[in-house]
Order: sequence, then C-alpha cells, then structure tokens
Amino acid sequence: MSNRVLILFAHPLFEKSRINKELINHLPTESTITFHDLYEEYPDFNIDVKKEKELLLAHDVIIWNHPFYWYSCPALLKQWIDMVLEVGWAYGPGGEALKGKYVQHVITTGGSQSTYESDGYNRYTINQFLAPFSQTVSLCNMHYLPPFVVHSTHRLTPEEIRGQADEYAALLSYLQHEALDYARLSQYTYINDLIKDTKKL
Amino acid sequence: MNSSFLSQALVYLSAAVICVPIAKRLGMSSVLGYLLSGIIIGPFVLGFVGQEGQDIMHVAEFGVVMMLFLIGLELEPAAFWQMRKAIAGFGFSQLIGTTLLVLILFVALGWSFLMALAVALALSMSSTAIVLQTLKEKGLSNSMAGQASFSVLLFQDIAVIPILAILPLLATTAVAPVESGHHSFIESSPGWLQTIVVIGAMGSIYLIGRYMVVPLLRMVAKTGLREMFTASSLLLVVTVAFLMELVGLSPALGSFVAGVVLANSEFRHELESDIEPFKGLLLGLFFIGVGASINFQLMSESPAQIAMLVVLVILIKFLVLLAIGRVFKLKHDQNFIFALGLSQVGEFAFVLLSFTNQLQIIDAEWSGKLTAITAISMMTTPLLLLFNERFISPYFGTKKSIKDEKEADDIDKHEKVIIAGFGHFGSTVGRLLRANGIEATILDNNSDQVELLRKMGFKVYYGDVTRLDLLQSAGAAEANLFITAIDSPEINKSIVHTLKKHYPHLKIMARARNRVDAYELMEMGVNHIYRETLHTSVNMAVDALTELGFRRYSATRQGQKFIQYDEMGMKNLADARHDQKEYISNIRQQIRFQEQLLQEDLIQNFASEDHSWDGNFVRDSMLKVNKPEHSGKDTSTKSE
Repeated sequence: MSNRVLILFAHPLFEKSRINKELINHLPTESTITFHDLYEEYPDFNIDVKKEKELLLAHDVIIWNHPFYWYSCPALLKQWIDMVLEVGWAYGPGGEALKGKYVQHVITTGGSQSTYESDGYNRYTINQFLAPFSQTVSLCNMHYLPPFVVHSTHRLTPEEIRGQADEYAALLSYLQHEALDYARLSQYTYINDLIKDTKKL
Repeated sequence: MNSSFLSQALVYLSAAVICVPIAKRLGMSSVLGYLLSGIIIGPFVLGFVGQEGQDIMHVAEFGVVMMLFLIGLELEPAAFWQMRKAIAGFGFSQLIGTTLLVLILFVALGWSFLMALAVALALSMSSTAIVLQTLKEKGLSNSMAGQASFSVLLFQDIAVIPILAILPLLATTAVAPVESGHHSFIESSPGWLQTIVVIGAMGSIYLIGRYMVVPLLRMVAKTGLREMFTASSLLLVVTVAFLMELVGLSPALGSFVAGVVLANSEFRHELESDIEPFKGLLLGLFFIGVGASINFQLMSESPAQIAMLVVLVILIKFLVLLAIGRVFKLKHDQNFIFALGLSQVGEFAFVLLSFTNQLQIIDAEWSGKLTAITAISMMTTPLLLLFNERFISPYFGTKKSIKDEKEADDIDKHEKVIIAGFGHFGSTVGRLLRANGIEATILDNNSDQVELLRKMGFKVYYGDVTRLDLLQSAGAAEANLFITAIDSPEINKSIVHTLKKHYPHLKIMARARNRVDAYELMEMGVNHIYRETLHTSVNMAVDALTELGFRRYSATRQGQKFIQYDEMGMKNLADARHDQKEYISNIRQQIRFQEQLLQEDLIQNFASEDHSWDGNFVRDSMLKVNKPEHSGKDTSTKSE
C-alpha cells in the first residue's frame, strides 16, 4: 500500500534558513508527496479554506514542517489550524472528515535535546511543548505520531545537515510505504529513533 | 425694471431680514416672524404696503405649490402608497367633523343653513404653508404628528376641488359668479368627465414625469450649466401648476404628485436644493402677505365678535382634531402637536371665501371679517405650538420618546455614510460597504454614470457635490462618515473644505491623487488620506520582487513596511514642504520629493531591519554576548 503525504511547510524566513533549505531541497520528488509552502501561498494570511480541506482529504499523512518558534509554530500555521479545522468537519458533531489520518511534526530548533529536559534550560521536553498540537490532532480523530526533531541547528556542520535531510527523506519513504502501526510508533519519543532503527536493519 | 418694483422688494426683503432673525432669536418660528413683519409693513402700522397685500399673496401662493413639490420629492411612491389609509382616515374625518361643528355654530348664530355650510367648508381648511413649515422647523415632519398632519392637509388639497364645484350650488341667487380665475374646464363638465379629467391629469403627470422629465433633466445635466438646471427645475414646477390650473385642479396637489414621481429619480437631491430657496422666499412672501392683509379696521369695529369667532373656530378645530388623534391612537404629546398645529384656518379659505362672496352667498363685510379671522388664526398657530412646547408637552413627560423616534427616522432616511464620487474608485468602496450591509448615500456629478448605477440598483444621486445645499439634503449633518472619492483632486479638496467648515465633526476619508494632494489634505486636517496609486504600485513592486526570486511572504512584509514607512515619512516631510515654498511648478516639486525620498531610503534602509527570526543574525548576536560553547537563551528558542 502507499500513503499519500502532505507536507504543510511554514517558515516566514525560509530564504535565511540553512537547515530547512537542505531538508526541503532533498525531498523525494514522488507524486505521492505534496509539498505545500504556506508562507509562499498565503503571504497575506488569507487562507483558502476550501482548497486546504480538499488537500487534506486527498492525503493520508499530514506533516507539519516548521521551525520551533517560541516553543510553538509560526503564526501562519496556527492561522491554518484555526481556519481549516472547522467544527462539524474536522471535529465536533459530524466532524469526522479527517478520521484515521496521521499527523507528523517535523521541527527544527536551535537548542540541543539536553536543553529540552525538566532539568534543562528550557525546562520542558519537546513533546510536552507539543501537547496542544497532539490534543488538536486527537480531537480531530487523527493519530499524532512522535515528532521528527532536528536539534542544535546553529551548530550542525554541512555534513550533519545533509545527514538530517537524508533521515527526513527516509522518514517520508517510511510513511509512504509502511503500514503505520500507531501503537508501535507511539512508543518512540522522537520518530528519528525509528528511522535510525530501520536504517540499521 | 421700475422703481416701484425695487422699492417693494426693498420693503419686503428688509422686513423679512429684520423680523425673522428676531423671531428666531426669541424662540419663535420663522412663520411668526414673517407674519409680524407683514403686519408691521402693512397698511395699519407703517403703511409701506397697501391693499396690494392680497395680490402679493396670489403670487406667493406659488410658494405653497413649490413646498408640496418638495414634500413629494421626499416621499417615495411606495411610502406615499402606504399613507393612503391615513390620508383618507385622518383627512375625511377632519373635514366632515369640523365642517359639521362650524356649521352648527353659525346656524346657532342665526345664519341660514346654506351660508353657514359655505363658510364652514371654507373654515374647515388648515394652512399647509404654516403647518408644514413649522413642523419642519421643529424637526417633527417625520413624527407621527407630522405624518398625520400631512395626511389631513393632503386630503384638504384634494377636497378643494369638489368644494369649489359644490359652492355654486349653494348660491341662493341665480346670479352667475363674476368671471374670475376659477373659470376652468372642469367646472363646466359633467361629473363623469370630471373624473376622467382628474385621473387623466394625474396619469399624465406620472407618465410625463417618468418618461420625459427625467431624460430631459439628464440632457440638461450634461450641459453642465448650473443655472440651466435651476431653470429646468422651476420650469417643471411652473408647468405642472399651469396644467393643473388649466384643468381646474389644485396646482399644489399636481406638483405634489410630480414630486412623488420624481422622488425615485437620481435628480431628487439636485431638484430639492434648486427649488428650496425659491420655495422659502415665496412662502415668506406669502406669510408677509397674510400679515399685511389683516384688516385691523374691521377688527376695531367689532373686536369682541371677531375675537369670539377666532376662539370658537380654533377651539372647534382643535377639539375635532384631538378626538381624531385619540381615535387613531396618537400619543398625548403627539396628539397635542397635531391638534394645535392644524387648528388655524388655511390659505384655501381665502380662495373659498372670495369665491363665496362672488357667488353672493355671503356679503362683502362678512367676507372681510372671515378673512381677518383666517389671518388671525394663522397667527395663533406658532404661538399655540410655542405654548404647547413650553407648558403642555413637558407635562406629558414624553419629550424623550419623540426625540428617539425622530432619531430613528433620520437614520432611516439618511444612511450614515456618504460617498461623493462613484467612479472606479468610489464604486469599489461602495460595493465593499454594500456587501457588508452598509448602504451609503452616493453622490456623483456624472449623469451617465448615475443612470447606469441606478439601473443596477444603487442609490445614487446626481448633483454638484461641492455645493453645500446638496451636501445638506444628502444628509451631511446626520452622517458620521464622508468619503470623497472623486477623480478630480481639486473637487475633492473643495468638498473637504466645505465639510470642514460646515460639518466640523464629520469624519472624512479622502482620496488623493498623489503625495502633493495628500499634503494639502493633511493641512486641511484630514487624517484618513488614501493615495490612489500607493497601494497598487507597492503591490506591483511586491510581485516584481517575487518574480525576481524573493519569497512572497518576505516581499509582502517589505511592501507593508514600505507603506508604513512612506506614510510616516509623509508626516515628517509635510513640514519640510513649507521651507521650500519657492517651487516653480508641481512637476519640479514632485521631482524634489522623489529625490528626497530616495535619499532617505538609502540612509534609513528600512528593508534591513527585520531580524527577529534570522537564524544567522540571532546566532551571531548571541555569540557576541554569550560564551560560544553554551547555547544561549535565545538561540535555543529562536531557530532556523
């Protein structure tokens, strides 16, 4: 079987981002992957809700790909969530349009993983910070997979960045071609670990 | 032009100019001021005006015709149709009730039945001129009392026709009346033909108004000559009045119908502001005439008798009206305005009395006495209403409710937004407002454009928008937002100038062609200025940047910041502009501004100020402060 993947990419300063340029440039160019650049599409924040809903219905896995701004997503993705996930459609009475789909976060952040611990500089884990997203997804009857996180973006060497891009590509391949077992996948903290495990095999 | 015309004009105009402001100052209506000035210049005080007061009144009655035309203009056909029951109900009961009681009064005084009936019919009339003018001045035209009064007056206008037809039948002597102004086609015809004539006349006013006058006005409007439009407006009213007289109908009624027919046309406000001054002056003249024609000699011969009759007639009229108001469930305060307002004997009585005199139903002495009673009763109305306002109305304690009602009506009639200019610019504004349920009043001076838009269902009015009277009749006093969107910057500025002077509290949004216009508007105190090319050219630049490979969001942000920066810069430059006032031409001035702007862009470089999530910038600035090894506070959250 083959899952169709929708990447909702939100980066207001994409042109100045080393990491994300590399990640996006190495995306597989398969017809089952749709790359949707929100800031390029809606520079005035005027989101075409009808079009976005159609895109969602045409895909099985939705990826929220963005830098981790102030422990959350950039404003336009929040606007997307606010506008597109309508009551009676995505949630609430009769809101089952998205039922059974998977949502996957792909995040880049300057801090290392050690700063995102209860005794670390940022005091909470990435997954704790992502709780609102996780709950949003579950309210919409979808499955929220563990996030794919690129840490310490300022310190990564070009080779390391390239390695992250490859892992992202591998993740996309996995999401497309494997049967997604939510119970098994949700045991991971980061989906990065699953990709590393699969590589080793 | 002979000197007697000039001296007469001098007398009338100075009397009005002196007395009316004094009356207003004393809190009385202008009607009373005119009446008083008439008495003062009349034969019994200063004697500037002799018996020709009567003749003046005939000319001045045309003011009443114009007034009804204007009232018609303000009443759209649909609204008129809604009033039909009120007109029949209020009007019929007033006429029958008053006539009956006055008839009984005069029979009781020992008059013969026929004489009493003729007089009662004449005295049952009320004065359209006085009542409507007074109500309008007090802002009560749209109140319940105003509507009811109007219904009664309109019914009387219609009733005059059959009354004039009945009077000859009351003549005891078989003498044919002396040929007078009332020799018309309708009186010499059988009943069925009269009906046909009446219906035919009304129908032709409708058809002519609808299919001939409006296209004609459009043609005149295209000439662009102000006075031609005024001439056409006057011609229109005069023609209608003339035709009505020809067939023997009331000219006032005819012009009222003409007004109603034209109420839906785009020329409504323009016609209104053209006729208004003429109407005002002629009505004033009419009131002066009434004042001047009061025969104090007759009064001094039998003061008690005349005083008693005035009081009784007014009392009867008042009580009948009060009872009708009760039946039709007017509130107490409204009912008093209605009943007191219509308690006088009207100008139709002059006509009817002189006619009955010609028919020898009553003699000259009584005709004179009754005319005096009529004139005196007209004088009492403004006083009675003043009395009511000061002493009776507060007693009911419903003053506030009148005010509320009136305010709601005003909002109905005049939308809160006025858009001047409905070309490409204004129509975009209007459409967006309309799509959100805001129906603006739209003014435009391009008659082709107006015609097209009206076909599409927009409420557009034709007129020279720089004229204060047009702005007034479009409701500038009640509006809270005025949008000037006319193509010509000069006209826009001229409107702003007028608005700032006469409606200083009105919020103005002004279209400006360019930076230079915008500066001038800023100096006039306009805070909301919209340069017509700014946003479009910035949008174009944003798209150009995108085409050249910039991210759309970043380009959009730059565009937004550019506008902000440019508008801030304008405020700074507005002052500097005066330091270099020696500029020779607009073009040189513009070039100088461009130079100045481009140089400031270089110095300020607003485009490079956006760093908040620039990863490299964040890292560099953090590394300068923090130890390179440890990831700092901001680097950990602000990422790529």
